Amino acid sequence: MLEVDVPVLGLRGVTDVHIDLLRVAEPHPAYLQSSPEYFMKRLLAAGSGSIYCLGKAFRAGELGKRHSPEFTMLEWYRVGWDEHRLMDEVFDLLTDVGLAKEQAKCSAYSYRHIFEEKTGIDPLVCEILSLQRLASEVANRDFSGEHRSVCLDLIFSLLVEPTLPGGVVFVHDYPACQAALAEIKVDADGVAIARRFEIFCDGIELGNGYYELTDARELRERFSADNTQRQKMGKELVDADEKLLAAMAAGLPSCAGVALGVDRLLMNILGAQHIREVLSFTDDFANYICGK
Amino acid sequence: MATYSTNEFRSGLKIMLDGDPCAILENEFVKPGKGQAFNRVRMRNLKTGRVWERTFKSGESLEGADVMDKDMQYLYNDGEYWHFMEPDTFEQHQADKATVGDTALWLREQDNCVVTLYNGVPLAIAAANHVELTITETDPGLKGDTAQGGTKPATLSTGAVVKVPLFLNEGEVVRVDTRTGEYLSRAKD
Repeated sequence: MLEVDVPVLGLRGVTDVHIDLLRVAEPHPAYLQSSPEYFMKRLLAAGSGSIYCLGKAFRAGELGKRHSPEFTMLEWYRVGWDEHRLMDEVFDLLTDVGLAKEQAKCSAYSYRHIFEEKTGIDPLVCEILSLQRLASEVANRDFSGEHRSVCLDLIFSLLVEPTLPGGVVFVHDYPACQAALAEIKVDADGVAIARRFEIFCDGIELGNGYYELTDARELRERFSADNTQRQKMGKELVDADEKLLAAMAAGLPSCAGVALGVDRLLMNILGAQHIREVLSFTDDFANYICGK
Repeated sequence: MATYSTNEFRSGLKIMLDGDPCAILENEFVKPGKGQAFNRVRMRNLKTGRVWERTFKSGESLEGADVMDKDMQYLYNDGEYWHFMEPDTFEQHQADKATVGDTALWLREQDNCVVTLYNGVPLAIAAANHVELTITETDPGLKGDTAQGGTKPATLSTGAVVKVPLFLNEGEVVRVDTRTGEYLSRAKD
């Protein structure tokens, strides 16, 4: 597999509703990239074959025990693979770096299964009201009127994630409303699901992968749906990346891709409780926290 | 009053929630990689003392609470209200029984204490961590018993009852930790 080096500064950025980009102001307005995804997909479309990239990524406003606005990401794409084969490779990598040494067991659940097991609610087909009710209970606040996806995120993060079994856990087949850039398929029950997976280790999210969407028209629609949603939320709109769309129209090969948070990987290997412990020059980090 | 966004929430910040002033104790950022970010916030309701845990969507904001702690001198109790004075401006404030609560057991006239003002009105009173109070009632002291650990109840001038060593007598002044209600030592005069 070929290592690639792509820019961290780009004219366009992701439209993801829940990712806030760090913007670089005049004289050359640009975005610090929230992941190398768009550039890597342009390389894939140009015929690079399977590639990986280890580099910095940036996200505005993400600051906490497990978040830093600047972090290190390992992202790779396997041409001709599907998401399940890639999950196996992720597990091999985690074992190789010593992450899964004691509990070298690996479990995999569909989102629907694990969510329903913990909450008694089927996240894919239930009424929005039952999700809003449970979300309000979990948050101790009124979440009625909230979006399906927001309720799912809240319940999953606060109720499901902390009770995941130890060791490496893959959660796959996400609700279609959380597809991001994954292919959507219709499952055996006729329900639309996203071919997306998340990796957790000891209950902490380590990464996210897709069987990649390759249809440029569908991608354009998702970009525009994101921006409609951004407008409703009063967030800045992000122009669609025409170069990515053109690359995908020319032909992105069938592939699966995944991104791992390297800082969290280190935290897990070292048993660190705070991301600060694995970052250098954290006095700057402390200043962010103080808002200076 | 200013409003504060969840990313400005830090321990000690006073905000309004459900009509009550609260102090933030802990603010945890929770975010699925591709999903909505949340702030899981623990706070103390300053009126009831209860700890609340609430989860907000990141970026939501709450109104600040006009709450401040001021050093004041306790003046007297008129039977219904406890009266306090700001030492620099001589401005006086009165607080009722619900506000003063058990702190009344540690308030000696002329002593300094901390009054928490909410919209300019006392919300809570905190006595100094250590106060010196006179024993007004206790069983007679046992001479010579200064080393062994036995204790007996003693009523102090403010009405507080604390456990003191057996050798102490009525009229003596003792030093007490108001946070635990424990006897510390005989006051050195």
